[in-house]
Amino acid sequence: MKSDYLELTDVRVTFDGFVAVDGVTMTVLQGDLRFLIGPNGAGKTTLVDAITGLVPATGSATFGRTELLNRKVHRIARLGVGRTFQTASVFEELTVLQNLDIAAGSGRGPLTMLRKRSSTPPEVEAALEVIGLTDLRDRQAGVLAHGQKQWLEIGMLLVQDSKVLLLDEPVAGMSAEERQQTGELLQRVGENCTVVVVEHDMDFMRSFATSVTVLHAGRVLSEGTVAQVQADPKVQEVYLGRAEVEA
Amino acid sequence: MKGEYAKIAGFAAIALALLVLAPAVLSDFRLSLLGRFVCYAIVAVGIGLAWGRGGMLTLGQGVFFGLGAYVMAMHLKLSDAGPTGVPDFMKLYGSGVVPGWWEPFRNPVVTVLAIVLVPSLVAFGLGMAVFRRRVRGAYFAILSQALAAAFAILLIGQQATIGGTNGLNGFRSFFGFNLFDPVNKRMLFYIAAGTLLAMLLVVWQLYRSRYGELLVAVRDQEERVRFLGYDPANVKIVAYVVAAAMAGVAGALFVPIVGIISPAAVGVVPSIAFLIGVAIGGRSTLFGPALGAIAVAWAQTSLSESFPSFWIYFQGALFVLVVAFLPRGLSTVGSILTRRRESA
Repeated sequence: MKSDYLELTDVRVTFDGFVAVDGVTMTVLQGDLRFLIGPNGAGKTTLVDAITGLVPATGSATFGRTELLNRKVHRIARLGVGRTFQTASVFEELTVLQNLDIAAGSGRGPLTMLRKRSSTPPEVEAALEVIGLTDLRDRQAGVLAHGQKQWLEIGMLLVQDSKVLLLDEPVAGMSAEERQQTGELLQRVGENCTVVVVEHDMDFMRSFATSVTVLHAGRVLSEGTVAQVQADPKVQEVYLGRAEVEA
Repeated sequence: MKGEYAKIAGFAAIALALLVLAPAVLSDFRLSLLGRFVCYAIVAVGIGLAWGRGGMLTLGQGVFFGLGAYVMAMHLKLSDAGPTGVPDFMKLYGSGVVPGWWEPFRNPVVTVLAIVLVPSLVAFGLGMAVFRRRVRGAYFAILSQALAAAFAILLIGQQATIGGTNGLNGFRSFFGFNLFDPVNKRMLFYIAAGTLLAMLLVVWQLYRSRYGELLVAVRDQEERVRFLGYDPANVKIVAYVVAAAMAGVAGALFVPIVGIISPAAVGVVPSIAFLIGVAIGGRSTLFGPALGAIAVAWAQTSLSESFPSFWIYFQGALFVLVVAFLPRGLSTVGSILTRRRESA
């Protein structure tokens, strides 16, 4: 059994007495494409925030036996945990290549930093290929289409050498074709990583999820394959609704 | 690549104008004035780095300018007074004994090192305290401004040890060179101009380096950079320290060129004045801050000569025009026109 998996044990996040995440325990294995779904306010994004150090949390979140909670954001990132945001947040004034190069460079020494980039690092080249932006490498990230920005974000996670990818609504606002491409991209990426996708789009989930965790009011309501979760009466009650069940 | 050649041409043009053209056509008086503006331009280059590229609105560069200037002024006073002498004003206002913390500045090597190190260390300490606590934006601007005010007040209170409101003045020599000799005054101009060119090379290298790209990333999306494994505080501290060191060097050159440093030259008003040229010239461009600083200072002097009370209105109008129509400064006119031609 590989130790490269993400394990959450009794993770709790409280804001001024309001319990946003109420003791979540879950395990995501390498190669898994885990979808995290739940109604608004279920604590999905807050859980991702807790793992990445943005909000303080209690309990335990380990990756490869290393505790992640209560470390600084940039330290967690260096441990191989990367994330994206609901709204694409690439560096708009920099080119695609510069965005990826920065993402690849947190381990660089001062001398490398103070020099100009002489050639494209191989991992950046590979990521450009994977996310399909090779031809747009010298384009400013700000002028990219919405979908391309999200792919660039995923590319940045790849060159960052993240082993855990936490994606917050990566396909929101995308066209059907872009969703399909994104899903295929995630499947390719997921072979060597642990991927957790926070998503509202049920069709997208059904097409690409290998496993699903349903959150409700800060707790894990149900967990399993897409079929198992859909068949769970508790899930049907709080989240999927009657119309969704037949799909 | 086209951009690189344009920058080399621009740099060559500035070097030619400062080192060949200006000394050839300007009178000694005007050249010395230009030398003072060049000092402002050196501060401006640093502000361009910290504010234009790093997003830190440094409203208190007067502090670092003042630190460099006072270190230099102390050395000049001590060397004028002779190996064990006491500077004139201390005999007048003070106990007639040189305070212990003045003594190291008798040594020229210590002085030159301190001109760079004192502002850098102060900026480093401040940066550690401020950026690690994620103070930024308007809060940082107000903090740095308050610091400039506090620094000036501190200086004013020290009549006996650093000249109080009068500041330090009446320097007779500069590292052994007589300051009343016109040839040496010209030499000072060349030193200032050469320093400005060197500072431009420093920021040029920084802007084209990976660090420069990262600094822009921190300016635009500080939180995002954190999630890529960098501590943005460190990135900002580097730019802030470099900007402070540049301001310190500028202050040190200002002292022999102008002949006086006083709290009035380092407080809130001069700190803001440093910024105006940068904003008008184009804060995130390579040459904009330096050219803007020189142009604004030059316009101020020549307009004040013909219309003594008119400058302040002109400065206000210029500021409004730039903010309203060219928020990135006058140096961006060229690229805006090109873009317009392409889209037409």
